[in-house]
Parts: sequence; C-alpha cells; structure tokens
Amino acid sequence: MTTVSSAEHTRRDFLYIATGAVGAVGAAATLVPLIAQMNPDASTIAAGAPIEVDLAPIADGQIIKVFWRSKPIFIFHRTKKEIEEAQKVNVADLPDPEPDSARVKQGHDQWLVIIGICTHLGCIPLAHQGEYDGWFCPCHGSQYDTSGRIRRGPAPKNLPLPPYKFVSDTKIQIG
Amino acid sequence: MSGHSTYQPQGKFLQWLETRLPIGGLIHSSFVAYPTPRNLNYWWTFGGILSFMLGVQIVTGIVLAMHYTPHVDFAFRSIEIVMRDVNFGWLLRYLHANGAAMFFLAVYIHMFRGIYYGSYKEPREVLWILGVIIYLLMMATGFMGYVLVWGQMSFWAATVITNLFSAIPGVGDAIVTWLWGGYAVGNPTLNRFYSLHYLLPFAIAGVVVLHIWALHVVGQNNPTGIEPKSEKDTVAFTPYATIKDGFFMVVFCILFAWFVFYIPNFLSHADNYIPANPAVTPTHIVPEWYYLPFYAILRAIPDKLMGVIALGASIVILAFLPWLDTSKVRSARYRPLFRQFFWLFVIVCIGLGWLGSKPPEGIYVILARIFTVYYFAFFLVILPLLGIFEKTKPLPNSISESVLGAKA
Repeated sequence: MTTVSSAEHTRRDFLYIATGAVGAVGAAATLVPLIAQMNPDASTIAAGAPIEVDLAPIADGQIIKVFWRSKPIFIFHRTKKEIEEAQKVNVADLPDPEPDSARVKQGHDQWLVIIGICTHLGCIPLAHQGEYDGWFCPCHGSQYDTSGRIRRGPAPKNLPLPPYKFVSDTKIQIG
Repeated sequence: MSGHSTYQPQGKFLQWLETRLPIGGLIHSSFVAYPTPRNLNYWWTFGGILSFMLGVQIVTGIVLAMHYTPHVDFAFRSIEIVMRDVNFGWLLRYLHANGAAMFFLAVYIHMFRGIYYGSYKEPREVLWILGVIIYLLMMATGFMGYVLVWGQMSFWAATVITNLFSAIPGVGDAIVTWLWGGYAVGNPTLNRFYSLHYLLPFAIAGVVVLHIWALHVVGQNNPTGIEPKSEKDTVAFTPYATIKDGFFMVVFCILFAWFVFYIPNFLSHADNYIPANPAVTPTHIVPEWYYLPFYAILRAIPDKLMGVIALGASIVILAFLPWLDTSKVRSARYRPLFRQFFWLFVIVCIGLGWLGSKPPEGIYVILARIFTVYYFAFFLVILPLLGIFEKTKPLPNSISESVLGAKA
C-alpha cells in the first residue's frame, strides 16, 4: 500500500468531508430523542389540568395547601390585620418590589393564592412563622411576608402566583 | 517508570497465553516488579483502600438492586423489606450505606495527603485531575444513591440539589424540569437516578483505570517529594507495598466493621426513616456529612446565584491546583510556612463541615463566611504567593539518604 500525499484535492478528500458531515448531522440528530426523553412525558403534562377549589370552608387566618402539577399551592384567607401589613409596606424597599395589589385578584384582597415553593432551592416554607407573619423556609432561612413576598434571606424572588381565576365568590380555578 | 518486566511465565498454559495476550506480564510489571519509593508511609495506602471500597460498593450495590424497587410507591417499602425480610439484607444495606461514608473518608484522606506532599505537581497534573474527576463522579453517585431510599431527607436533598440548577439565568427552570422529568421531584426522577446510580460506579472504575495508568507512567510521589534516582531508592511493589497496603486495609476494615455492626445509623438522619412527603419539608435538612463543607459554602453567601457559583467553584478549583501552587518544592516536609497554612486549611474544611450541619443563623453564618474566604484564599492567594516568598528547607540528595542518613 502506498501513501499518496498531494496538495491537490482528491476524490478521497471529498469523501472524507462528505462522510464526516453526514456523520456529524446524524450524531446530532440522535441526541434529540436521547435528550427529549427526559422532559415531562405526555401523561405528566396531561395530569396538570386545572383544578377547582372551594374557598368557603377556609376560616379567617387559615392557610390550606392543595396540589396542582405536583406543586403545593398555598391558599391564605388573610385577616384584616394581615392585609393591612401587606399593603402598608414601602414597595421600593423590597428585594423583589411588587405591591400587594399585584399579588391578589381585585376585590378579593383576603385571598392570597401562591405556589408554596421557596424560590431559593425549592423547600416548602412553614406558615405563620418568621418575623413578617408570613412564611419561614426551614432550609436556608428565607422569610416571606403576608403577601408571600421575600423579605429576608437568600431567596431572590417572591413566591410565584399560579394562574388562577375566581369562578364564583367562594370558588377558584387553578390552572 | 513502568517496571522492567522480568516476568517468566510458569508452565505451558501461561506461556501459551502470554504469546497471545501478555496479561501476565502486565500484572507482573504493574503489581509485582513495579518499583515503589522505599520511604512510602501509611498515608500512601489509601489508594488501595479506595479501590477496595469501590469493589465493596459495587458488589453490595448489585445485590441490593436485586431487592430494590425504583418507584415512588414502593421504594421506601422495598428498603424496609431489605432490612427486615431479605436474608442478611440488613448487613448488605448497612455495608453499602456505611461503605459510602468510608469511601468518602478514605478519599478525603487521600486528597489531603496529595496536597500535603505536593503529589499534583509536575509531572503528575493529569494524574491529579483524573482524581478530581473520580471525586466528582463519587459525589454524583453518592447523592443519587441517597435519593433512592426515598425518605424525607432523600426527597428534599433531591429537591434542593436539582434546584441548584435553577440559579442559571434564563434556562435554569427548563433545565430543572428536564432533570425532574416533571414539575417536581417525582417518579421519573427516582427512575433516572436509579439508572444513573447503577451506571456511574462503572464509570468511576473506568477513570480509576486511567488514574492508575497515569500513576504508573509518572511513578509514585513520596514523603520527600524528590524523584527516585537509583535502584537504592525503590523497592519492589510485591511484597513491600502489597503487605503494607493489605495490612492497613485490614485496619481500615476494623473501623468500617465497627460502624456497620455497632453504630450503623450514626451517620444517617432519623428523618430519612419517614417516607418521602412532597407536602412537608423537614425543619432541619442537612446533606450527608461528606457534602457538609460545600453546603456551608453555599449557605455562607446570601445571594442565590453567587452561592451556587461558589459551591461549584470550591470543587472545580481543585483541578487547577497544579498551576495555583507555584512552589518548586513538592513536600510540605521542606516547606515550613506551607505546612502551617495546610493544617489551617484542614481545620477550615472540617470547620466548614461542622458549620454545614448547623442552622443558618447568627454566629454560624459569620463563621461560615470567614472560613469560606480562607478556603478560596488558600488556593487563590496563599499558594501562588508562597511559591515566591517561602524560604524552603534544603532537600536531601536522595530518598535513601533521607531514610538512612548521609552515610548511605
């Protein structure tokens, strides 16, 4: 066997490049199913359908926990005092500035509906604890107020709001 | 510096095999005739101990997998069945759980030994980096194994650790959903962790082969940090190193057995005997002891993204150690200043571990911040500067001179 070394382009050079290019495209295409299979499957997505929650049995000051898309949702029936605390805060001083009015539905000030997952590393904060009468996260010490806004600790964001609407005065639909 | 093979196959079959697959010669030159520095101390026995522990974990893991069910409804129960019903199941599981702790104990000693004697310095940089890769794989494997138990600590460890990726700007949440295979840690997460927990130990074994290969190319470092110069400086691996490794392995196994038989739950958490509950986070969650220093660094920093970056950097920085340490002298034996900073570094690492187990409040946070600063300063400030300013002690002319005195 002899080795041909030539500065000129040969048909073998073409074959090398063409084979390499097709191989690279093929390998990249194979990655798509291998990576995509790890995303939520069809049944998981389907299980995330909207749920309805009856608010009537929730007493003043009570917080209940429901699950939607395997995430805990806190529904907080706030007392007058708790609403006032949330409203009188100077919004500009907050780490993640948001007025209380942006966190509840208009005319339903007493109902706070939030996703109960600490925005730091995903633990579930404990209700009615901490210095702001809201939530305290036992994992890394983040504290939230009665509007679910981050006040102190390593969490960067307020507790997020799930998509929901009032279907009647005492019933909401989450999702 | 692979040993000169003097291997003579005994008997017709071995001669026949050797001309077709020279495996006998490979074993002989690697583990029999291989020259090891004559002054190796017991800190050099941990490589062998680590190989042994990897074997223990793989063997006990394979049999535990015969009884484990990776499903959210059955995982916790299947482990209780291992503990109560399976023949010797309690022993196999305690060996595996405490074996992981012993594995990490041994790897930390092995790493500190490498730092103390400058074993990462030229020409052993690749050897060291392969070791860092093994350590990273060990951390991933250990974490995923802990999740399989599917107790409260397992579940919330999985939640917190996967959420570290949510700190990545923009794509963080998408990555976390992808890791979970759902909108929270759940059955798909458990399934994939089980698959990877079974795979990664074999990946570790593969990198261990590369690690030993690299070791046999450059040769072992030794307590003086100077290279062997003549045959007087080395002894054959067998019997000298094999008996030393073997003896200390048995001593190490006594410690291992003491944990397994007398205090099998000393290193675990009572909360992990509560089945996983996605609705309630335990009031005080902590990782396994071998991750605590890194957990303390994460919590020391009040910003989420910076905390996660610091956590990652504290591990990745190890890979750059060969270039951060500018001193030409390897062994701390001849580096009086380095030796003091080294022991302070050991104290800081253990201190961070202790702080990681404490609640993140008051004095604990302040101490964790001070210790975190020292941790990074050791690599980024102290080591580069020591190489310039430190006055080192004179090195001996050879290993045999340091052992036998000048008369040799």
